[in-house]
Order: sequence, then C-alpha cells, then structure tokens
Amino acid sequence: MADMIWLVPLIPLLSAIILMLGSAILPRLLIGLLGVGSVGLAALLTMLLGLEFLANPEPFQLSLWTWMQVGNFSPSIAFYFDGLTLVMMSVITGVGFLIHLFSTEFMEEDTSYARYFAYLNMFVAAMLVLVMADNLLLLYLGWEGVGVCSYLLVGFWYQDSANGQAARKAFVVTRIGDTAMALGLLLLFTELGTLDIQAMVGAANIEWQVGGTLPLIACLLLLGGAVGKSAQLPLHTWLPDAMAGPTPVSALIHAATMVTAGVYLIARTHGLFLLAPTAMMIVALVGLATLLMAAFTALMQTDIKRILAYSTISQIGYMFLALGVGAWTAGIFHLMTHAFFKALLFLGSGAIIHYLHHEHNIFKMGGLRTRMPVTFWSFMIGSAALAALPMTSGFFSKDQILLQAYQFSDIGPLLWFGGLLGALLTAIYSFRLVFVVFFGKANTEPEGDTGWRMAVPLITLCTLAMIGGYFIIPVADVFPVASGDHPAHWVEYVSISVPLLGVLLAYLIFQSRQLNVDRWVSSSVGQALRRFWLSGWGIDWLYDRAFVRPYYRISGLLKNEPIDAIYGLVVAINQTFNHWLVESQTGRMRWYVASMVLGLIVLLTLALQIPALQPTEGAS
Amino acid sequence: MEGLNIPLNHILLVSSLLFSIGMLGLMIRRNIIFILMSLEVMLNSAALAFVAAGAHWGQPDGQVIFMLILTVAAAEVAVGLGLVLQVQRRFKTLDMDSANRMRG
Repeated sequence: MADMIWLVPLIPLLSAIILMLGSAILPRLLIGLLGVGSVGLAALLTMLLGLEFLANPEPFQLSLWTWMQVGNFSPSIAFYFDGLTLVMMSVITGVGFLIHLFSTEFMEEDTSYARYFAYLNMFVAAMLVLVMADNLLLLYLGWEGVGVCSYLLVGFWYQDSANGQAARKAFVVTRIGDTAMALGLLLLFTELGTLDIQAMVGAANIEWQVGGTLPLIACLLLLGGAVGKSAQLPLHTWLPDAMAGPTPVSALIHAATMVTAGVYLIARTHGLFLLAPTAMMIVALVGLATLLMAAFTALMQTDIKRILAYSTISQIGYMFLALGVGAWTAGIFHLMTHAFFKALLFLGSGAIIHYLHHEHNIFKMGGLRTRMPVTFWSFMIGSAALAALPMTSGFFSKDQILLQAYQFSDIGPLLWFGGLLGALLTAIYSFRLVFVVFFGKANTEPEGDTGWRMAVPLITLCTLAMIGGYFIIPVADVFPVASGDHPAHWVEYVSISVPLLGVLLAYLIFQSRQLNVDRWVSSSVGQALRRFWLSGWGIDWLYDRAFVRPYYRISGLLKNEPIDAIYGLVVAINQTFNHWLVESQTGRMRWYVASMVLGLIVLLTLALQIPALQPTEGAS
Repeated sequence: MEGLNIPLNHILLVSSLLFSIGMLGLMIRRNIIFILMSLEVMLNSAALAFVAAGAHWGQPDGQVIFMLILTVAAAEVAVGLGLVLQVQRRFKTLDMDSANRMRG
C-alpha cells in the first residue's frame, strides 16, 4: 500500500491534464465527475494510507527516480511520509474533496467549468507534492505550483481587469517571499551539501551551533518564504485582494491549504529553527503582530469575504505564534481545525453569495436565519469554532497555543496576553458577522437555500468543525515533546472565558443594541480609527507610496530608454551629415567640378600657408 | 643652349592660364562637345608644363610624359566621342544638364 503513495498526487494531476486538453469536448457531467472524482479517489487512497500508518506508525521514504544530476547535487523525486505528512494530506484531499463537490453547484452556470476544475485539480496535485516532498527542491516545485494555480484561480474571471490586478498582486507579493526562500535553499545546500530534509536537519545539528549566525540566516530566509505564502506581516497584503477569485477557491487555497504552506514549511524544518532561538522569537512576534493587526482590520470590514480573509490572516498568525514558542503540535493542530472551520465559513459565504445575487456587503444581507437554515447553522458552528467557544474544535487548538505561549520564556505572558486580545477580537468580529448577516430584518431576498451538493460539504464540515478538537494528530514522533507542566489554573480559566466575553460584547453591540457605541464611532477619533483599520492599517497605502509608485516612476523614466539616447545621438548626428551630403549629390557635373576646384584651392592655400608643408630648401 | 631662351616662369604661367581656361570651360559649358574640348585644353596645358620642365632641366622625361599624355588624350577622346554619339541618340540633345538622370 505504501508504495502506491505516488498515486495520490498523480490522480488529480492526470485529471487536470485531461480536463485541460478536453475542455471543449467533455460534457459537463463528465467534467464534474472527473474533477470531483479524482480528488475523491486521492482522499480515499490517503485514508487507506492513513489507516495503515496508524496501525504501524513507521515513517517511510519512497524514492522514484533521480530528478537531475549536477556534480554532487542530485535531488530525487522522492516522497516522505510521516504523521505530519498524513495530517496535511488528509486536510488537502479531504477538505479539497468537499470543496470540489461544493464547486459543482457553485460554478454550475459558469462557462469555463472545465478550466475551473482543471486548475483546482492541478492545485491539489501541486499542494500534495509540496507536503509529500522528501527534499526541499521538490517542495519548492510544489510551492511554486500552488502559487501558479493560486494566480490562475484568483484571476479566474479575467474579463474583469480588477481580478487580473488582484491575481498579479498575489503572485508578485508572494514572489518576494519565494525569492528569500530560494536564497535560503541555496544557502542550505552550499553549507550542508544536501537538500533532503531529514539528512539536512541531521547535518545541521552536527555542524551548526545553537544560536549561531548561519542557522539564523537560513531560518530567516525560510521564514521569508513562509511569510509570503502564509500572508503574514509584512507580506500579507495580497490575501484580502485574492478574494477576487471564486469563493470555493478562497476556501480551498486561501484558507484551508495553500496559505498554511508556510506553517508546514516551518514545522517541517523545525530542526533548523530549534538551532536559531532568535529566529523562533521573530516567528512568534510576526505571528502576534499579524494576528492583532488582522483582527482589528477584520472588525471594520463590510465585505463578507474580506472579513474572512483578514480572519484567516489572523488565525495563521496564531499558528506562527505557536511555531515561534515551540508548540509545534498545537500549531499543526490549529492548522487542521482552522482548515475545517474556515473552509466551512468560506463555503457558507459562498452559498450566501451564490444565492444572494453576488452580494458581498454584509449590511445588505440580514435576516437569513430562517431563509437559509443550512447556511445559518454552518455559520453558527464555524463562527463558534473560529471564536474558540468551548467544546468546538477551535477551542482545543487555540487553547493549547495560548497555554504554551504563556509558558514561553521571558515574554511568554506578553505573547499570551496578545493572543488573548486577539481571541477577544476574533469572537467579536465573527459574531458581528453572524448577527448582521443572519439576524435582523432581511434586506435582500435569497433565491433559496443550498442544494445537496452544497449542503453535503457544509454539513460534513460542520461535523468536523465540532468534533475536530477530539482528533489526536499522529505527530508525536515528528516533533520534540512539549513540556508537560501546566500554567496556573487561572490562566486556563481566563483563556476560556475571553471568547465568551467577546460573543457577549458582539451580541450587546450588534444584536440587542444595549451597548451603544455610536457615540464613540462617530467621534472624530473614532472615525479616524475606523478608516485606519478599514484600510488594513494603511499598509496598502504605505506600500503603494513606498514601492509601487516609485517603481512606476522609475519605469516611466526607463521607458524612454535614457541610456539608449546617447547612442541615439550618434545616429542622429550621422543622419544629419548624411542629409547634408545627400543634398550635395545633385548629379550636376559642373557643381562637382566647381567643388573639386574649390577644394583644390583650399588645399593649395593651406599648403602655401602652413610652414610644415613647405618644400625644404634642398629639394628644389 | 641655342635659340629662344624663354624663362621657365613664363611657360608655367601660360600653362596655368590654359589650365584655368579649360577648367572654366568645363564648369560653365553645357554642351558635351565643348566640355570634351575643355578637357583637351587642360590636358595639353599639363603637357606643356611637362615639356617646359624637361627642357629646363635638360631631361628627356618631360617629353616621355608628353607622349603618354598624348596617348591618354587620344584614348579619352575616342571614348568620349563614343559617349557623345550615344547621348545624342538617346536624348536627342547634347545638353549635359537635361541629359542628367541622377538625382541625389
């Protein structure tokens, strides 16, 4: 069974190729069957692999062939399978399958049905390669593959130029991180002589000292890649714009799987990060800063998908925080539960958008509770898990993160407090969404509730979002064991009660309106703050001024090719002379003769005037 | 040396006068026949200068070169007249400027 692992990414890839080639001739039913079926088959295979692995938890490696051979550099196409891979593969194929199924209804009327599923299948294949890769180069292949698919899918409705713009932004911003990561790969190879992850970490532990400079640089470069892909500060600006793509795409790529690739990368190379405590500290601080920034921003958004996008950024911030404090298991656990409940929320919003005439503004919705019951309950459960209300999946993972952050040396309580503030904000903004969209009076009438192809994924994900917290992920052998001691009980009680407080606040502000905040909001400070947060802390504006416009200005200058102008001058002078000489070429013999005579006279005069040309005395 | 003893300077003066006349004719005449004749005058002025110089230094070279110039002139006239005939036949004129097909 284990030898069949290569089939898992191959099946979606084959399906993608078939869909690309046959997009014009395949009937719609077959397209849907191929697109959903291939991922379903991959999920089934993953499940079988997982059952076998759980019975006999022994990591194994499968080397297919040598990719290339250059000197002592010979990366192979090889897969590595352990508990972490299994978790990632299950999330990708499982949640991926549900989202594919959802898409068949969501994209029902779209003309580019085959193209959509081709991209989506290709994405799944690339993402599987990313998490199954045994060496960093193959991982990088998958890493770029998902980037391309993300670009293609964000700009899926390319007829609108704004979507193309968003896709380009997503591609370019992540590219900055990817460049850092490529540099990190080169550094690791030159220093350690291999890119095989297991061998590399082993070699690093022998050759490098804890706290040395080289591991720090290598880790920071890898972190650069992770920050770009996972939309963390300062490279997070692409994710809110990436919401231009179809909503199931946002659910799969920009919430459940691709954006967590950075988390996976750091978790996979945790052996390196353990050698660089400073880098880990930076990871934690990046996570904390991002989660707070994004939570404040999410509080102000009015576009349902942008709220969820900022919430995704914020939740990945929690994962980074977990990785930074060494809570590897908790980070990956949160990755998994987040995939469940955020996919659920995105699919729910997709259902709303689909049946509400493509409305994105939450203040134009309202009262959907009775009209779209399946969606309502999905959102309730998803938001509860997102806010980490007790007994939901999000509660277990976030609680672990906060507790372990508290125990982190020196700044632990600070990290914990920041995370707690984020949790409060998370509860407020997620239930603000629920109260505004599903309660109150209806502003727009939906066309109906979800059909079965939407309802089945929603209900399945609801179940997962509820019980996901009880799963025990098989990564005990992958990560070093976390310390067993618990912080004081009050820490735990506070962590539990803060989200409840947030929900209560959201209820008082947005539902019962007993807590009137209008006076604050309408004050000048409140207005300024609102605009500041609405614009995402002005970071887009800042980048626009700091990078985009100077770049445009420089390219505007270079467009006229100032260096070329020098050579152009030479050409112009030559051409001018040429024109003059052409004018003299009249074809009139007598002019020629006259000019010859003139020249002769000039030369003779010169010869007689210049002493050096005079004949010497003895010559005559 | 017996006979007339004309100073070299005078002969050279005459020679350059002839040359200038020939060149002036070359520059201002339109008729090809006259241009050829002007050329002839210029060649002969040069030949005169050679002969005079040869006589002055008592060397035979001047007369040798005169013979050469005479030959060149004969050849030139042969070709030139042939061309004149062709021009007359094609353009029905001997005016150089109106036979000019070259535009710079």
